[in-house]
Amino acid sequence: MSKQTTLNATHRAAGAKMVDFGGWDMPLNYGSQLEEHHAVRRAAGMFDVSHMTAVDMRGARCREFLRHLLANSVDKLKKPGKALYSCMLNERGGVIDDLITYHVSDDYFRTVVNAATRDKDLPWLQRQAAPFGVAITERPDLAMIAVQGPEARAKVLPLVATADRERVEKLGRFFCATDVHGLAGAPWFVARTGYTGEDGFEIHVANEHAVELWQALAAAGVHPAGLGARDTLRLEAGMNLYGQDMDEDITPWEGGLAWTVALDAGRDFIGRAALEQQKASGVPREMIGVVMDDKGVLRHGQRVATDKGDGVILSGIFSPTLGKAIAFARVPAGARENLRVDIRGRELPLRAVKYPFVRDGKPCEGINV
Amino acid sequence: MSEIPGDLKFQKSHEWVRVEEGGRARVGISDHAQGLLGDLVYVELPKVGDKIEAGSGCAVVESVKAASDIYAPVSGEVVEVNEALSDKPETINEDAFGDGWLFVVKLSNPDELDALLGPDDYAELIENDEH
Repeated sequence: MSKQTTLNATHRAAGAKMVDFGGWDMPLNYGSQLEEHHAVRRAAGMFDVSHMTAVDMRGARCREFLRHLLANSVDKLKKPGKALYSCMLNERGGVIDDLITYHVSDDYFRTVVNAATRDKDLPWLQRQAAPFGVAITERPDLAMIAVQGPEARAKVLPLVATADRERVEKLGRFFCATDVHGLAGAPWFVARTGYTGEDGFEIHVANEHAVELWQALAAAGVHPAGLGARDTLRLEAGMNLYGQDMDEDITPWEGGLAWTVALDAGRDFIGRAALEQQKASGVPREMIGVVMDDKGVLRHGQRVATDKGDGVILSGIFSPTLGKAIAFARVPAGARENLRVDIRGRELPLRAVKYPFVRDGKPCEGINV
Repeated sequence: MSEIPGDLKFQKSHEWVRVEEGGRARVGISDHAQGLLGDLVYVELPKVGDKIEAGSGCAVVESVKAASDIYAPVSGEVVEVNEALSDKPETINEDAFGDGWLFVVKLSNPDELDALLGPDDYAELIENDEH
């Protein structure tokens, strides 16, 4: 029996098509994935992301612990309220998970990890935190709702108590606010983060207040959106998906995540030695963005022929915004020209492109020719 | 769920056949099938002149979720394909039993039609599918 978020009955009542995702019974769509995708790009949509795992980390040496745990530098979080995206690596430099860490106070950070990796992440966090005396506490009592789209913030703000509204309105991108009084006075944790490439908020709220928040957002015209739209939105925005684009056998260098690695002097994070070694000896393969100008759909697992050897499609979709197929591909290092994907025995040309593919609802430069 | 037209015959894998004048048969996928697939974004059709064989894969439809093979419900030569689907694959979502047809074959073995399900039997099949 798969696990259910507190919004499960609400999704079903709305006619959602449900699927198993990482052991959770989640909405794939509420009718049309394409409509949900466009709603987020053009107005506002909301996702139940309560299946993801919120974890609180508390202790006087919390920052020191995170310096050790994360490949990105927690010292980029200089004052409370800022968020950081990072990988958590194993000793081989492979990615155990990617996560976002919120700086609540100097002895209190919150992280959100993937649903499907929860069972390995929690013991890993406990084990790494113990020597630092940092307490790791999962927060299954919280529901998480991501409201995303150009109109998302404007839809959320009226639900915030007047006294807190300005504070939430002024949140910069990648900042969060705690102790916000939300709808009916319910305490919210609000972050201006997301996984769609659009502006918006992610709201953490106690389970018992989640349904009323969801319904209030729906009443305000926010379109419920499922995991299907979440996947096409995040790939257009050039964001990795754990398990598909990287895993424990892929380093950040190979997974398009070099930008999240901080080799700051003297910081001994888990996996650093392996990363430095791979960098010195040469990274054999890399992740690139590709576009297919021919008709068709790029899918996970399709073979990509290059002049330097074969590669493979990682995340691949038909992009609703662009009207053509886009993907991440893992290819031998330096392969950019003469890329061809094998679709049912037919080789079709691919173009290597810089990503994101879509920004502010429009194709990025070089995506459409 | 739209009504299942009474003049259609079905294969268990959800393709429909409509027998027309001159030994021709039009082929598509059922409304139930398009519902299962979700929003369609690409259709790969056979070419006019291709010989297709009942039970063999002869086309592919791709939704936002996955690619699915279409199995020929009858054998014959393809005499017409629905070119409009190339730019508007969503027509299948909108009108699976009508404008969303895939191709027309000139039947080489009309007896094969007897092996297909009538509308009532197909309705029962998909009902059982849903439980």
